[in-house]
Amino acid sequence: MTDIPKALTHPLTHLVNLEQPLNIEQYQAQGGYQGASKALHDYSPKQVLDLISESNLKGRGGAGFPTGMKWSCVPMFSEDDENAPEFKYLVCNADEMEPGTFKDRMLLEGVPHQLIEAMIISAYTIGANRAYIFIRGEYHLAAERLQTAIDEAYKASWLGDKIQGTQFKLELYVHSSAGRYICGEETALINALEGKRATPRAKPPFPQVSGLFGKPTIVNNVETLSNIPHILKNGANWFKELSPNSDAGTKIYGASGRVKNAGLWELPMGATIREVLYQHAGGLQDGLALKGLLPGGASTDFLLPEHLDTPMDFDSIGKAGSRLGTGGLIILDDHNCPVAMVLNLLKFFAQESCGWCTPCRDGTPWVVEVLTRIEKGQGTLADLDTLNDLCDFMWLGKTHCALAPGAVEPLKSALRYFHDDFEQHIEKKCCPYAKGH
Amino acid sequence: MDIIKTTTIDFSHYLTEQEISAIEHEASIMEYREAAGIEALKIIQEHRGWVSDDSLYAIADLLQMPSAQLEEVATFYNLIYRQKVGQYVIHLCDSISCHLQGYDEILAAIKAHLNIDYGQTTNDGVFTLLSNVCLGGCDKAPTMMIAKQHYQQLTPESAIDILTTLKEKAVTAKTKKTKGSNAND
Repeated sequence: MTDIPKALTHPLTHLVNLEQPLNIEQYQAQGGYQGASKALHDYSPKQVLDLISESNLKGRGGAGFPTGMKWSCVPMFSEDDENAPEFKYLVCNADEMEPGTFKDRMLLEGVPHQLIEAMIISAYTIGANRAYIFIRGEYHLAAERLQTAIDEAYKASWLGDKIQGTQFKLELYVHSSAGRYICGEETALINALEGKRATPRAKPPFPQVSGLFGKPTIVNNVETLSNIPHILKNGANWFKELSPNSDAGTKIYGASGRVKNAGLWELPMGATIREVLYQHAGGLQDGLALKGLLPGGASTDFLLPEHLDTPMDFDSIGKAGSRLGTGGLIILDDHNCPVAMVLNLLKFFAQESCGWCTPCRDGTPWVVEVLTRIEKGQGTLADLDTLNDLCDFMWLGKTHCALAPGAVEPLKSALRYFHDDFEQHIEKKCCPYAKGH
Repeated sequence: MDIIKTTTIDFSHYLTEQEISAIEHEASIMEYREAAGIEALKIIQEHRGWVSDDSLYAIADLLQMPSAQLEEVATFYNLIYRQKVGQYVIHLCDSISCHLQGYDEILAAIKAHLNIDYGQTTNDGVFTLLSNVCLGGCDKAPTMMIAKQHYQQLTPESAIDILTTLKEKAVTAKTKKTKGSNAND
């Protein structure tokens, strides 16, 4: 294994430098922009699309939708087609606000040129000539570094008119948001970019057909896009073989909570939870035991110590009853109260609900009210029935977007797995985890 | 019967040239002017500390959009201040990873030190305390953001140290511009 260059085993992170990211010359000296060069000079857009489809790359933002399939829904036109829209858009979703998730920040701050290269290739593939990086307002350093890198790319003819002497042109802008979780939902993000209140849109029409300013639009996550240059350079088979199972590529896994060594690691897609938690995060801090975990951010179902050997890929985590989400493990130890944890998560969702649809706008604060009561020791057993009912009221199909169902996932699974803890709060009329108990 | 009164403010009398040109630049890279609304709000906030009603009306006038539509955007975002805030706004992360790693202690220490609660500003106008959703520093929790700076791996002591340093800076800045004009709202 040691003989294989890091560029081939850790494609996304091998050039990450958080102190001072590579400038364009340094990035190019390390093989950067070779993927974009290959795409623009040797491939037709259709050929790139086929390559990405073949690579089995799936969205890394949380939903796991196949990228090639998403791109294939964008209408393509010949140059002289009078029905062709004036613009098509590519948008990078860098609105990383899923609690417990901090992977995109590393890519944005540590290797901004990789994302720009990825966006050139992706825009070329779908025929977009305008692109935006939609970055959350709190990521100031990342936005600055991206702008610096974009300026360099314009100077080096990787952006602008006639890129590298080809007929392809691309304008790339950074849009810094002002802090709202729902902007990570792609249709809400599009409304935000249009300067509207960022509530999600009804689908259809899908953004691929009618998105930003009513034009065909693709929205992809930072980590998803960052894979593209490497697939161009090294091929679809290489990408598929990176993962030991049916999934493809690598994944940036994270761990936070009271572990010894919280952080981020790029590993083959399908590393087990045990490997991430114990081999890389060093296990729990001394004196603590594992009580449960969220595998991929706040809006995923709890898993238990019995699930430690589950591979962290889309299918396996799904079969275990949760979702891979963003791949950022949030670890619950046995000295932290699971009810307080769920309360914290639901407060987040209640605050960040956009208020558009009733089940979410009224359901999430209702859950907070009930959970607060239970956590304070003032709950009743009937409250647990109320919570279960609310899980049903806010489930998929009853809400406008996936925010409320995302809130239900940790709640419902906590009610199932930590039922005894909920009951103890009610019976003892206090939080058994509070200091002094 | 009263009709609804709408206020308009002529942007050219209210906004500075610098503000106008920054907003115009943002409008130029969008398909239509009102799409620059959020950027415009941020620009004004950068210059004036917060977005007053009059600022909002002036931006709406500049972008040729209804002020209600801009207000609907302004009130949507956590990082747009529609009330006057202190010189430093403390954004303390209250999301899950920080919650699991000592957020309660940091919050208690800051509240006790500044003698304010969430949403309040200290009497000297230096600090405003707000919560913030996950700041993306989960591996270095607990965290907070003040201005553009993220502070990580906080302890109650280090958080107070940071505030003390900023307070000294604020005091120094104030003494320096005793005669300086205050262009803010």
